[in-house]
Amino acid sequence: MSHDDEIDLVARQLRSALPPWDDLEPRVDLWPRMLERLQHQPAPFGWFESALAALILLALAFFPELVPMILYHL
Amino acid sequence: MDLLERFAGGDVDAFETLFRRHQGEVYGWIVRLVRNPGVAEELTIETFWRIYRHRQRFDAGRPFGPWARRIATRAAIDHLNASAPVWTVRPPTAPPSDPDPVEQRELRGCIERAFVALPARLRAAAILALVEERPYPEIAEALGISLSATKMRVRRAVRALRARLERMGVGP
Repeated sequence: MSHDDEIDLVARQLRSALPPWDDLEPRVDLWPRMLERLQHQPAPFGWFESALAALILLALAFFPELVPMILYHL
Repeated sequence: MDLLERFAGGDVDAFETLFRRHQGEVYGWIVRLVRNPGVAEELTIETFWRIYRHRQRFDAGRPFGPWARRIATRAAIDHLNASAPVWTVRPPTAPPSDPDPVEQRELRGCIERAFVALPARLRAAAILALVEERPYPEIAEALGISLSATKMRVRRAVRALRARLERMGVGP
C-alpha cells in the first residue's frame, strides 16, 4: 500500500469514528468570563516588593545573626 | 494608533474588540482539536488570557488571527497532554454502509481508542489534516513548525494509528 493510499484509508477510518466538527461557534458570548479572568489576575511583583526583598537579603548578608531571630518570629 | 498597536500597548478596550472579533474563530479552531464544547470554551478563555499576558511580544505589523490560532493550538495540545479526553461523541452524519450497527459501533470504538492513545501533537496534526481537512500550510502555521515537518507528523500519526488498529484486529 502506498503512502497516499494509507493516508486515505486512515482518514476514512478516522472520519467514520470522529466526524468533522460542524458547530464552530461558542454557545454564548465569552467576553464576560474573559473580563472576570482579567479582573482576578494576580497582582504583579512591583518595584516596591523587589526593593524590599533586596533590602532584606542585604541585611541578612551583613548581619547573619538576624537569621535565627527572623526564623523565630516566622 | 490602530487597534493592534493599542492592544499591544495594553489597552483593554482594544483587547475587547479583538476578543469579540476573533472569539468565534479561536473557539472553532479549538473545538475541532478537543471535540468538546465546554472544554473549548474554557480553552478559548485560556488562549485569550495567554494572548493578553504576552501582548508585548505581539508584532502589530502582522495579522492577529494566525498568532491567536498558534496560541490556541498550544493551549489545546497542553490540555490534550494533561487530561484524558472527554469528547462529545456524535453519530456520523451519513448512514453506515454496513448493515450491522453493533459491528460499526465497535469498529468506531476501536478507532477512537487507538486515536486517543496517540501523543497529543500527533493527534492534533492528524485531526486537523485528515478529519477537518484543513490546508497543510494553515496547520503548519498553527503548530509552529515547517510544512515538511507537518506532513511528516501526519505520516507518523497515520503509521502509529495503523499499527495500533492492526494490533486490535482492525484491518484495511
